[in-house]
Amino acid sequence: MTVAETADTAIVIDEGVAAATPEFERAAERAKARRGFLIALPAYAYLVLFFATPLVIVAVYSFATRNRFGATELRDWNLESYRRLGDSLVRDIVFRSLWLALLTTLICLVVSYPFAYFLATRSPLVRNVMLVFVMIPFWSNFLVRNFAWRVLLGNDGPVSRVSELIGFGETRILFTPTAVVLGLVYGFMPFMILPLYAAIERIDLGLVEASRDLYASGWQTFRRVLLPLSMPGVIAGSILVFVPSLGAYVTPEILGGAKTTLLGSYIVTQFLTARNWPVGAALSFVLMIVMLFATIIYFRKGGRTL
Amino acid sequence: MNDEHAPPTPAVGLHGLTKRFGDVVAVRAIELEIGDGEFFSLLGPSGCGKTTTLRMIAGLEFPTEGSLTIFGQEVGTLPPNKRPVNTVFQNYALFPHLDIHDNVAFGLRMQGVGKKDASRRVGEALEMVRLGEMGTRRPSQLSGGQQQRIALARALVNRPKVLLLDEPLGALDLKLRQEMQGELKSLQRELGITFVFVTHDQEEALTMSDRIGVMHDGDLLQVDPPESIYEHPVNRFVADFIGQTNLLEGTVEDADTICLANGARIPLTTGLPVGTSVAVILRPERASVTPRADDAHGRSSVDGVIRSVTYLGNSIVYQIGLDWMKIDVREENRPDTHRLDAGAEVTVSWDHRAVSVVEN
Repeated sequence: MTVAETADTAIVIDEGVAAATPEFERAAERAKARRGFLIALPAYAYLVLFFATPLVIVAVYSFATRNRFGATELRDWNLESYRRLGDSLVRDIVFRSLWLALLTTLICLVVSYPFAYFLATRSPLVRNVMLVFVMIPFWSNFLVRNFAWRVLLGNDGPVSRVSELIGFGETRILFTPTAVVLGLVYGFMPFMILPLYAAIERIDLGLVEASRDLYASGWQTFRRVLLPLSMPGVIAGSILVFVPSLGAYVTPEILGGAKTTLLGSYIVTQFLTARNWPVGAALSFVLMIVMLFATIIYFRKGGRTL
Repeated sequence: MNDEHAPPTPAVGLHGLTKRFGDVVAVRAIELEIGDGEFFSLLGPSGCGKTTTLRMIAGLEFPTEGSLTIFGQEVGTLPPNKRPVNTVFQNYALFPHLDIHDNVAFGLRMQGVGKKDASRRVGEALEMVRLGEMGTRRPSQLSGGQQQRIALARALVNRPKVLLLDEPLGALDLKLRQEMQGELKSLQRELGITFVFVTHDQEEALTMSDRIGVMHDGDLLQVDPPESIYEHPVNRFVADFIGQTNLLEGTVEDADTICLANGARIPLTTGLPVGTSVAVILRPERASVTPRADDAHGRSSVDGVIRSVTYLGNSIVYQIGLDWMKIDVREENRPDTHRLDAGAEVTVSWDHRAVSVVEN
């Protein structure tokens, strides 16, 4: 009996000690979480005020009614604006925008990948110099750079002149979808290069040598080793180019013709010219949801291949 | 069919092989033939050009000059995927995005071996390195020793004509390294594949190799079996790099005598011209230490004082101060070994057959 009693006592003591520790730990954890929240508070507040709140307002307006005079009335909540998105006019604009954004992303990817690989395999000095060159366009205004393209691509601009000189005749690129894609590729290329560079730079180039040693050709090495290992960069770069291309406004306005209305321009028209805020809001909201889902799916898929 | 009297085609032939990086000569006009089925080690300190030489054989570097043949075929400018060799890399270079099975299958798949056939051979290769159960794991889930074996399996599954190993055991701890040395050696004997093994560890090279090539500053200094490398080094560097060595400076006095730096004369036949500056190579285990005595019983000897005594368990190392330098002498720790203390005046003596001489 005495032995059993001693054992019981021992257990009680153990429990006492064990109970005190998590209590203390929890308090410490809470303090840590509190400090973390305080540090993040300015950013949280900013996002809630200027991102989340407008988002809710846009969502609310998309269900509102437009009266005869073009003013928006916040009553008679309905789905009429969403129904309008099924119109063939809107549908054409959506598909055209998707197609041009996709094309822009693909061209950016194909052009940027070799450059990013070249960059990632240079000496640190060369890398830094070349990275600065990639950034230099950002130093001048986006609008100005787009107007520069207008000059370049104009019917009697330098591109056209060169084309004439080598016997291809005058070009008619400006105010076509081609001009828009050229402008978008130009504008968003750095957003593709940087994540690709970051991803490739992290790959052990010894793996490339191992692949070549194991009878893979240069192409097979790219396909089986480099590309899968740089997938995070490919995904991040594609999202960073695709999303702003899909909603682009400035470039299509300046370089695109009247026939190539894209989503960004259409939304602006709804708000400013047609004075149909609910439709503009509905389209903005749908666009956002589509991008959100595309991003989630893309990340999920990317996460599995790694 | 080869003519019976013709020398067999070497597995690897290097002739005047040179590699320059800008102004730096990494490998200088190497002449070397490695036989079929040989375990050959390239040994030298880091930066001596041994890895560059291996990479040239693999096709990961292209030679600046000279010829490189594998079983008689000139391969100097062929890309790595067109050469019948495979490499075990120093850091293993396993593909992190593929599981173990796909890592090992990589080379076979690239050569167009069918999925079924490849799977069977991968299974065999994994069995060979005793990691048959690991197929579905990722490289990061394996220990260093296991990764090492996978790297070996990934190379050997392709049945290369020559296997290149770039310091493959460098990252392993001592016990595992010794175990792997044994495994590598027996695997090589079983498969009969030519191994070219790069290492800076002289003990590793001595243990495993049929022949060793010692490199220094881009030059191949000596190519010989381990015994010859140890017993008859061709120069000071090789003597000093392989094993522990005391180098006693001296001059050739006549055909049978060398005059050491302190004026002591020791009998040694060298065949070198009189007046040549030489170093006598005295290995620590080849000399013995006795309390100071006048009669050396026909052995060569120098007098000195014990500076320190280091107990190593299986042996005792005496550091002995001579008049002009310090030398180490190792005595085996036998029950009858009489231990001497620091400060004791002693005579270091050796049989004249126990030393060799190199020109300075």
